[in-house]
Amino acid sequence: MSFTDKINSLHLDILREIGNIGAGNAATALSKLLNKKIDMKVPNVEIVSFDEMMEMAGGSDKIAAGVFLRIEGDAPGSMFFMLPLEQATNFIRDMIGDETAQLSEPPYEELPLSALQELGNILSGSYLSALSDFTNLSLYPSVPALAIDMVGAIVSYGLIELSQVSDYAIVINTALNEDEKLISETVNGHFFLLPDPDSFHTLFESLGVKL
Amino acid sequence: MMTDQAVVVKVGIADMNTVKAPDVIRTSGLGSCVGIILYDERRSIAGLAHIMLPDSSLSKSGPVNIAKFADTAIIELVNRLGELGASKFSLKAKIAGGAQMFQFSGTSDIMRIGPRNVEAVKKELNALNIKIYGEDVGGNSGRTIEFNPATLELTIRTVNKGTQII
Repeated sequence: MSFTDKINSLHLDILREIGNIGAGNAATALSKLLNKKIDMKVPNVEIVSFDEMMEMAGGSDKIAAGVFLRIEGDAPGSMFFMLPLEQATNFIRDMIGDETAQLSEPPYEELPLSALQELGNILSGSYLSALSDFTNLSLYPSVPALAIDMVGAIVSYGLIELSQVSDYAIVINTALNEDEKLISETVNGHFFLLPDPDSFHTLFESLGVKL
Repeated sequence: MMTDQAVVVKVGIADMNTVKAPDVIRTSGLGSCVGIILYDERRSIAGLAHIMLPDSSLSKSGPVNIAKFADTAIIELVNRLGELGASKFSLKAKIAGGAQMFQFSGTSDIMRIGPRNVEAVKKELNALNIKIYGEDVGGNSGRTIEFNPATLELTIRTVNKGTQII
């Protein structure tokens, strides 16, 4: 029996709350960084096949900027912050004040890449520290790694740990976007939190619920 | 003149499928995963497997998705091609993928999964006496690959390094 079979709707609610708290904190950090109002969607928690996970992230062929980090400590897992390429470009233009900065064609300049990595760092750090406070667990992020590549190539990396026990992933997905703007101009990012299979037990236990 | 509209058969992650000319077969977004093409030149039949992990002994759960592991996927693909009429002794292979998408300081085996997948695929092909006629493995770019069993060309598209055919 796969571990995903044991997950019931209460568990999903708890995971949704985890996404809410983590991404809420990250949205605040993003808002401060950009000096803009940032909107957060209600997190969506789903048990999906690996192919469906690729679709959630935009389709395995689509090019995106992804910041990936491993979570070490009491509840290991993987975390992604994914941005469509145009939005990543808009974002770093705002951030470094250079309208000519681009990420659409290699070779990329160092400054935009570094800005994007720092963005991932700040957002995932604030997500994790909120999660850590909420659960009272020690969670340490690895140094985030950045890739501008196909969604499938980026996301499959975070599924390796999981793929050893299951063909499904429990994804906590939260979308952030800039308020009051057309979709094409907004910062529209996705957080994906993928706890390792053994971590679900720890996460639920820390909140007083049995798996 | 009538033209046969060729179909593109898509293969997902941890999945496999087979194709006959004039159709072509494709898988997208190979990162550390490896795409294995097996083909029978004379009969214009090919199969593609998109594997994620080197060895089914890594599986910690009961029922195994055989398309997920190098060792179980390749033998299954050989059998399926055999059912389609391919000769097991004339199968040839082309492989692509096995990139290292992220550089981490950690030495964990998981981080080296790309190279390990490539090693496992080569070992398995060798054990089955299937020769590799083209490969594009390693590096740190994602790949989308498409094989045409009529021309035996494997088209490999990357984001950062353009397109090449092997």
